Amino acid sequence: MPIQIEIISPEKVLVSREVDMAVLPGMEGDIAAMPEHSPMMLLLRGGVVALYEGDKVTDRYFVGGGFADITPARCTVLADKAVPVSDISIDTATAQLEALSEAWDKADKTDTSRLVVLQDQIQAVRAEIEAGSAS
Amino acid sequence: MASLKELRARIGSIKSTRKITSAMKMVAAAKLRRAQASAEAARPYAAAMRRMLGELAGATKGEDGAPLLLAGTGQDKVHLLVPMTSDRGLCGGFNANVHRLTLQSIRRLQSEGKTVRLLPVGRRALNFFMREHADLIVDHVIGTSAKEIPFSVASGLGDKINALLEAGEIDVCTLVFNKFRNAMTQEPTCQQLVPMVVEDASPQLEASNDVAQYEFEPDEATLLAMLLPRNLQVQIYASLLETVAGENGARMTAMDNATRNAGRTIDSLTQVYNRTRQTNITNELIEIISGAQAV
Repeated sequence: MPIQIEIISPEKVLVSREVDMAVLPGMEGDIAAMPEHSPMMLLLRGGVVALYEGDKVTDRYFVGGGFADITPARCTVLADKAVPVSDISIDTATAQLEALSEAWDKADKTDTSRLVVLQDQIQAVRAEIEAGSAS
Repeated sequence: MASLKELRARIGSIKSTRKITSAMKMVAAAKLRRAQASAEAARPYAAAMRRMLGELAGATKGEDGAPLLLAGTGQDKVHLLVPMTSDRGLCGGFNANVHRLTLQSIRRLQSEGKTVRLLPVGRRALNFFMREHADLIVDHVIGTSAKEIPFSVASGLGDKINALLEAGEIDVCTLVFNKFRNAMTQEPTCQQLVPMVVEDASPQLEASNDVAQYEFEPDEATLLAMLLPRNLQVQIYASLLETVAGENGARMTAMDNATRNAGRTIDSLTQVYNRTRQTNITNELIEIISGAQAV
């Protein structure tokens, strides 16, 4: 029995179809959404959502953080930003990483909330570069 | 009466005006279609966001220390109004409607003894409120009429509002924008952003699906704290998209009217032109004939 997966970015719906399993990059570790999963809300880090059909990965999408809402029949990923892994532009991501590292150097080291935000952003961009160069 | 030369010049200039307005109408119609499509595409995200937020708000109900975005500051002194308009004019009463509604709200709030601050979005609103209430403006955002609005415009604006709220500079935030009804009608509306008005998750859903069963990772409070600013951005994004769609709809209607008006003016001027020409010819003939008779 498949599970309905939806990957939605603020601009549009990227994916809406049935798969056997989706692996999501949770903030506290990866989580696989399978049919009959107990209802769960999840905070996502920047990383790759992998869609499985059978034992094979059929599609990989990079999400730059967001939320997921898992129910027994459905898994909705609300991504801040989402692109198919094959479409990742490493150049743009590298430029972004540089800009962020600069911001990190300049940032006030006592302002922890700002540092946490920056850290998450840097992690997301690193994950994007990694995902892009692996494919 | 105007001379023939003048009339010809006027007819010529109105003809080129008509060409421009009808071209603008076509462009607006094409942009409207695109804007409507992107507003359509953005809807599922907002819907899913509302659903999650409803569940979360239900799960955290009654707990202390609710985030500012949800609960507000508990005060009602400083109001931030965010009038949202287009960057360019020539779209009928579209922007003026937002300005009027905002001015009314300002007057009402001030008469109640509240402090009002403004954060105009769009060049039109900025220019207007620079003249009217320059002292109230805290910040502004322009460049909303671009071909496609990136989500970053909305997230930047959301962050600004959030920062003002965190700094304790505002208590309530209200968005004033044109709600898109159809291409002909846009309805100026006030929408309260902070404190957030949470629609209750549909009661049937809660009854069948025990809310307490939901697992949260990390905990509810963290999720809520992350979700709320995002929701603010999504609401702003939705109204930005409606503004763009409304702007193009309004421009299409305005330019359609202008084109028709130009056509009418050309017709009546052409009539005057022909009549004048006829009169001139008659006059000349009379002169020639009476000259000939005198000889």
